[in-house]
Amino acid sequence: MSAADTIFALSSGQPPAAIGIIRISGIKASGALHALSGSVPDERRASLMKLSDPSSGELLDTALILWFPGPNSASGEDLAEIHCHGGRAVVRALETALENMEGLRPAEPGEFTRRAFTHGRMDLAEAEGLSDLLFAETELQRRSAIQAAGGALSRKVEDWQNTILRLSAMVEAELDFSDEDDVTPAQLSVVQSAAGELATEMKAMLDRPRAEKLREGVRVVLGGPPNSGKSTLLNALVEREAAIVSPIAGTTRDVIEVPIAIKGIPFLFIDTAGVRDEGAEEIERMGIDRARHQFDLADLILWLGPEGEGPQISNLVEIASRQDHPDYLAKSSDTLSVSPLAGAGMDALVALLVDRAKDIVPRGDEISVNKRQADHLMEAQRNLGAISDLQDYLIIAEQLRLARGALDALTGRASTEDMLDSLFGKFCIGK
Amino acid sequence: MRDHFDLKPSFRYGRSMDCDFDLIVVGGGHAGCEAAAVAARMGVRTALVSFTKDSIGAMSCNPAIGGLGKGHLVREVDAFDGLIGRAADAAAIHYRMLNLSKGAAVQGPRVQADRKLYKAAIHRMLEAQDNISIVEGEVASLIFDGQTVSGINFADDRQITASAVILATGTFLNGKLFRGEETFAGGRTGEASAVSLGQQIRDAHLPIARLKTGTPPRIDGRTIDWASLPEQPSDDDGWTMSPMSLRRDVPQTFCAVSRTSAATHDIIRDNLDRSPLFSGAIDAQGPRYCPSIEDKIHRFADRDSHQVFLEPEGLDTNLVYPNGISTSLPVDVQEAFVRTMDGLSKAEIIVPGYAVEYDHIDPRALDRSLKVRDLDGLYCAGQINGTTGYEEAAAQGLVAGIGAACAIQRKDAPQLDRGTSYMAVMIDDLVLQGVTEPYRMLTARAEYRLRLRADNATTRLSPIAESIGCLGSERRAWFKERQTQRKAIMQELEAVYSCEAIADQEIEVRRDGTKQSLFDWLRFPNISINALAGLGISVADTHEGLLAEVEEDARYAPYLQRQESELRDLRANEQIRLGDDLDYAAIAGLSNEMVERLKGARPETLAAASRVRGVTPAALAAILVHARRREAKTLAA
Repeated sequence: MSAADTIFALSSGQPPAAIGIIRISGIKASGALHALSGSVPDERRASLMKLSDPSSGELLDTALILWFPGPNSASGEDLAEIHCHGGRAVVRALETALENMEGLRPAEPGEFTRRAFTHGRMDLAEAEGLSDLLFAETELQRRSAIQAAGGALSRKVEDWQNTILRLSAMVEAELDFSDEDDVTPAQLSVVQSAAGELATEMKAMLDRPRAEKLREGVRVVLGGPPNSGKSTLLNALVEREAAIVSPIAGTTRDVIEVPIAIKGIPFLFIDTAGVRDEGAEEIERMGIDRARHQFDLADLILWLGPEGEGPQISNLVEIASRQDHPDYLAKSSDTLSVSPLAGAGMDALVALLVDRAKDIVPRGDEISVNKRQADHLMEAQRNLGAISDLQDYLIIAEQLRLARGALDALTGRASTEDMLDSLFGKFCIGK
Repeated sequence: MRDHFDLKPSFRYGRSMDCDFDLIVVGGGHAGCEAAAVAARMGVRTALVSFTKDSIGAMSCNPAIGGLGKGHLVREVDAFDGLIGRAADAAAIHYRMLNLSKGAAVQGPRVQADRKLYKAAIHRMLEAQDNISIVEGEVASLIFDGQTVSGINFADDRQITASAVILATGTFLNGKLFRGEETFAGGRTGEASAVSLGQQIRDAHLPIARLKTGTPPRIDGRTIDWASLPEQPSDDDGWTMSPMSLRRDVPQTFCAVSRTSAATHDIIRDNLDRSPLFSGAIDAQGPRYCPSIEDKIHRFADRDSHQVFLEPEGLDTNLVYPNGISTSLPVDVQEAFVRTMDGLSKAEIIVPGYAVEYDHIDPRALDRSLKVRDLDGLYCAGQINGTTGYEEAAAQGLVAGIGAACAIQRKDAPQLDRGTSYMAVMIDDLVLQGVTEPYRMLTARAEYRLRLRADNATTRLSPIAESIGCLGSERRAWFKERQTQRKAIMQELEAVYSCEAIADQEIEVRRDGTKQSLFDWLRFPNISINALAGLGISVADTHEGLLAEVEEDARYAPYLQRQESELRDLRANEQIRLGDDLDYAAIAGLSNEMVERLKGARPETLAAASRVRGVTPAALAAILVHARRREAKTLAA
């Protein structure tokens, strides 16, 4: 990824919609317009133009084009906006045409904002304001998570930093002043065991559930062959008609996600296309692939298919659904049996979900870290953990330095680039 | 070198070719000599000004050169074909590699140097160097042409002009000596102090602060009971400070180790009130890492003995330097406590120890070439910038000399950063953080020290030195040959071998199917290039130390690779220039404390700003935006 690339992204909502706005920013924006329409329109005026695929010449759409030469544009670079028809196929075709052009690539999350920022079109406060606005919905959850655990985490990290600094000082004294007898020699074993203890403490924190789960919810995936009643069960769980239910096998072709709180715990229920190997046409097969992908991401799978035929994952729960249905599949005696329509067994299922969720979402009363923090903590933990096998003071000092750097990054004292990456990574693509 | 420069009558010439010289270097200590010599090597007409010709190249304090961190600086200056390494070898009466049991990156080559031989070597090298004239005299003041320095006035009304002046005056600025209840004006004992120059610098609104340092009494070696003391012999494996010194020419002697006793501590404790450090006469900050003996006794009261190295000052002198008892106690107390130490019961003091308090320039007023930012043509190098040590001074002299010469020759000075040299680490620390105690090089200051070894200084720096014309012809030829050999070895090490093939060389390896290059195999501590000789690796006829350097590179390769990515980030941020006149107070979101620190440091780049203490990432982002906006405005205008 380079800041010199020209980037593009769909800046309006997900299609289908009445119009789709694709933004292109960078030095090749004018070249891209030229390739699509044969010319670059007057600046700052809406122009209706025919857009064709540059390789095949095939007409893609007739669209309004806006052209803003840099630096007086939203991103501070040459910027084009294509207001096209908002159907999936049109948007996809235009994106594909752009992606095939040399020097163009899809934007990273937040990259337009980042460019606006680095070109001085927006200051940090404005950038953060935009970020808050975009995330207003989840902000309360996030803030509550940070307030509950944030202060405690900072204190903990500061403790660790002080210990590491002390170890570093011991090792540095050994390296820089060992010829002076006024320095008490650092004992290798003392440094090794102290570093090991720190690593163990960090590991314990890393093993706890991640803070994001509070915001994202426990991912519960409903799985099973077509027409095994997954959507019916989902509807019963979320107590509303979130999925289209029909007796035709393969009705749910895409993945449906429904967030809901049960007893204060956030859940994300995910209904998937039924998994079957034969008889599925192309679109349904794509749905099946997505279902398999969902199994990989799941915190918990409720398996409604034949017993033992679900994905071989430890977090799978066998459910015997539709007690009252002609196709009822009986399972072993200790399997939870439910009837979504009549309501039988549903309380037991909810209790089970709440119980299992306790190991998946952080407890309110202990420190939890989010993924960004966990990455840095893991880095620190790895560097400290390696010290117990090392004899060379020079390398031990380097490991301690790397661990300090990782914790600095965790608390935000890291390099500017890291901080900007994480700040701008919060933005949706194209905003 | 011309000894007796015919001074022009007392009127001023214009600038450029009408100047008497291109460059004037004031002070003939380690900083001044390196500055003058490197500028002359680069073809700049240079005047080296000193009170007397004889005091040029004097070692004023401890007769040792090198050590931990400091040995790195010596080798780096040497990689630019500097003087200090070769002069040290010409004078070395005792060699010791410190930290020999630890990794090469923290090993510190150190020698005891004979003062006379050292001075003679410096004089010899300066005489052999074209473009240097030595001018004797007491500098009274700088000549200013507006905000530009254009020459110097001597106390006897002579004057000389040049495009640039480097001040390398050591402690000569308002120096004040303390010994017990006595005080004297002056830098070193027996020499006048450049008081008027100091006053002028104050008047020029350069930020001035005060530091102190000390020196121990010199003892008559004939009165020491050497036989009763443990000896520390010279290392015997033949290494030298400079690769250009082919062998050790000077007879080797030995040092001895004495110790203070309970009686020593009692005497010092009883007389603390007679030390200017404790009476309040000196309030400047001394170095924490090199405390006076009275400081040590006071602060580490639980210790009942301290080690003291007895270091001979030369082959034909009886002076011995007792390293570890720097003091400013009165002479009678010095005599009393010295005689309570091991082997010193009959010791006679020849020159008593003293403390010296002196002015220094807040180095944050300087840029990375050590030029005073707000004045043109004026550079400062060495102790005047708040550092301590010959090696620190020499390295600054080199940097200032290169900076001035590049400015005179209108070419870009090489950009050295914290990833390339200890010199750059020191300069960066000085101009960004300033000093609160005399600054000494430590390996702990260098984040990237795994790559900044004393043994690879020439590989790191000589190409840069060559590109700006710092290398003499002899060094150029030597370096070219070394590079050729290095390339040949690296090529041979690219060959891929299996673990079986390695095991066939009777080297113990795990037979796990590994196949990798010989360079990668060298990562294992039990594999050396010599051990691979059976695989057709040529190990004979290579430069001294070259194989060890390559082995060390291989050993730490995984760590060096990790540092690479860190350095890429650093260098990207070094490209973002902030400019000297950024108004930090005008940037929203910076705390007052940050504004003060940034104003003092005036970081040249975003990377430098990130190293200023207390500057947060959010503050950096705000600075970045401000700088970008200003840049955009400048471009638009």
